[in-house]
Amino acid sequence: MGVLNAFTSKTDALIGWGRKYSLFNYPFVTACCGMEFMALAGAHYDLDRFGAAFPRFTPRQSDLLMVVGTVSHKIAPVLRRIYEQMTEPKWVVAFGVCTCTGGFYDNYATVQGIDTIVPVDVYIPGCPPRPEMVLDGIMKLQEKIQQEKAGLLVRRTEVLPELPVPYTNRPDFARAIAENAPRRPGAEGGR
Amino acid sequence: MALVEVDKTPATADAPEQRRMMLHMGPSHPAMHGIVQIDVELDGETITNVQVEIGYLHRCFEKMSETVVWNNVFPYTDRLNYVSPLINNVGYAMAVEKLLGIETTERCQWIRMLVSEVSRITDHLTCVGASAMELGSLTVFLAFVEAREALWECVEELTGARLTISYVRVGGVKGDLPPGFAGRLRAAMKIVREKMALGDKLLTRNRIFVDRMETGPTDRAFCHRWGINGPWGRSAGLDYDVRRDFPYLRYEDVDFDVPIGTRGDNYDRYLVRMEEMRQSMRIIEQCLEKMPAGELNVDFEGKVIKASDMRDLGNAGLTAGLVMDYSVAADPTLNGAGKDIVWTVRVGDREVSLPPKEEVYGSIEGLINHFKLVMSGHGIRPPAGEAYHAVEGGNGELGFYVVSTGEDRPWRVRVRPPCFVIMSALHEILRGLMIADIVPTFGAVNMIGGELDR
Amino acid sequence: MPNTTALPSVERLLPQVRELLGPKVLASHCHRGDETILVAPGEIVSVLAALRDDKGLDFDTLMDLCAVDHLPRRPRFEVVYHLVSLAKRQRLRVKVPVEEKSPSVPTVSGLWPGADWFEREAWDMYGIVFEGHPDLRRLLMYEQFEGHPLRRDYPVNRRQPLIGPRN
Repeated sequence: MGVLNAFTSKTDALIGWGRKYSLFNYPFVTACCGMEFMALAGAHYDLDRFGAAFPRFTPRQSDLLMVVGTVSHKIAPVLRRIYEQMTEPKWVVAFGVCTCTGGFYDNYATVQGIDTIVPVDVYIPGCPPRPEMVLDGIMKLQEKIQQEKAGLLVRRTEVLPELPVPYTNRPDFARAIAENAPRRPGAEGGR
Repeated sequence: MALVEVDKTPATADAPEQRRMMLHMGPSHPAMHGIVQIDVELDGETITNVQVEIGYLHRCFEKMSETVVWNNVFPYTDRLNYVSPLINNVGYAMAVEKLLGIETTERCQWIRMLVSEVSRITDHLTCVGASAMELGSLTVFLAFVEAREALWECVEELTGARLTISYVRVGGVKGDLPPGFAGRLRAAMKIVREKMALGDKLLTRNRIFVDRMETGPTDRAFCHRWGINGPWGRSAGLDYDVRRDFPYLRYEDVDFDVPIGTRGDNYDRYLVRMEEMRQSMRIIEQCLEKMPAGELNVDFEGKVIKASDMRDLGNAGLTAGLVMDYSVAADPTLNGAGKDIVWTVRVGDREVSLPPKEEVYGSIEGLINHFKLVMSGHGIRPPAGEAYHAVEGGNGELGFYVVSTGEDRPWRVRVRPPCFVIMSALHEILRGLMIADIVPTFGAVNMIGGELDR
Repeated sequence: MPNTTALPSVERLLPQVRELLGPKVLASHCHRGDETILVAPGEIVSVLAALRDDKGLDFDTLMDLCAVDHLPRRPRFEVVYHLVSLAKRQRLRVKVPVEEKSPSVPTVSGLWPGADWFEREAWDMYGIVFEGHPDLRRLLMYEQFEGHPLRRDYPVNRRQPLIGPRN
């Protein structure tokens, strides 16, 4: 057993090392923080140095969901769906205080922290956070990934409960799509 | 309006099935900066019908403004058009000042004008850079972000923050310009010019860029009908600029040209924005020259010591003679800088402006004055009434309509968001274009979620 | 040096507007240089059309349209139109009082298509019906949302989440 333990801890370390330097992020950019995200992706602060720069604009090819900016109740189901579309293993960074707690938008439209919708790994407060803070947050995430005990085939995150209703804000449009453009079997609901 | 009309006749070998395709672009789409949903109906690649769905970033600016005191609305205005927050600050402050019937000091007006133009440049840099990136020119995006970074460093030095600055107050601004600001701003503008020249070289005569940008034309009558102005309207020949037609601050005292396009397509919008940045830099140069009272109000010479240095010396225990021999000067950008600085950038009306800290800590009158302005149930109380004041925002006329009932918080704050109007016309603009034209056209709208959905 | 913030309250346009519209102007005032007229809801389309088509006034652009809720006061709502003349460089505000019971105003989207979304927004936020509007749906909020959030009696933090806990 001891030999096996040593082996799995070595492979865990190796996998963690591989994962932490090849983070492909999906920027879910909604608001002001996006400007700082641009600055961060630009040459001046250069997120690329941390192996986490290349934005993949499809959730299916990315493993780091960066939620950048205020999430309103109208967009919340979309965020949740994007999270579900991502492949394992996946991590979520809450970028900016609005995503952490709702910030100073304590009102009828704003989600009071995205952790009520999706699980969050790293919170980066600030309104918006300075790029240095975000770099620090990314490094914290990398430390966390390195220490994870996930083996190759272990599913990392818990399964979230199903969305209550298939969400759309344009029911007539969705109905027309469903009637006129039948999808391949098993691909209903955008999953 | 039926969005979907599907031809259900069965396909034959001669006539393949005619089916219109429906596509959601957004709310989270790679070619869309910001969250907006464009539902398009396609015939092949041609857009036959469009519906635009907004509201994904509705953060209740107007409702929140009704719950806080007049000065506390400023942080919310920062986050309206977050690419040019200083213009929003100025617009809201001027609407409230109009309601109060006060006029700010001359130096304050020059500073507000200066920062508005800096903000305009950052706005246009972001717009052009992001559109170029979406058309495949990442180099321009990186260059323009770098130029914007140079300006933001100046903004940070002045206001203490890069983006959400809350610099303006009702009746003035937070503090004066820091020592040596003019030189550093000129250096930053030099970087902006270099990067703009690079962008110009890479884009303006680039065949791919030009071909993709010569799309989405609108004419003057269209803009007029829909109420579109700003760079978009000007590119279509709608000769309207709030800075020139309803001059506010000191825009009458500076020379600048308003660029007008002829064809009103995306390429014209790009050219208009590039030229406006040059004109903004021209205005900034004139501001720096014409601003009264010099560029520096305090000198740290002689027996004057910086407040921070004094604190450090005190912490280190080196207090011998410190209080007796030196007088203390705080940085002019700070709230609590000396009387002589504060009253040059803030109106002397004691029912509006917070007094300088020198008075607050030095006299009972100053202390009471401060309390009367910050205590709950007191504060600034504009007389009952309403006022609308418009400034030229990054995307067009940015109007603030404020209603007061004579209380310490606004009854209603309404923003006239310039990009909202363009978005409301977008379905007309896009109809008949190809699907690939959505990207440059939408990029030229410069949609800013905070301003659109508020 | 004159400044827009300290404009004298001199009536420049109002005499001309009163002459044009006659008894349709219920009241008018000029506060801080903003000239304002008040008209009845039924007259709004004809008033705005007259102001737009009059060669002397030439209010050719609808700059803004919004609603205000004066809760204890009656009539409760006001719909506010901001007009601009691009050529003559002048502004005018037109206000329409709207009763709380079945609030409705005729649409002006026939005069200016740009009024379309402004009116949808006012409906969404205040529940004011714009009669004759081609597509009066919610604009900023979602369909499942109940109530009109910018009304003074809607609590600022009453959330109606689509997913997630009702916090």
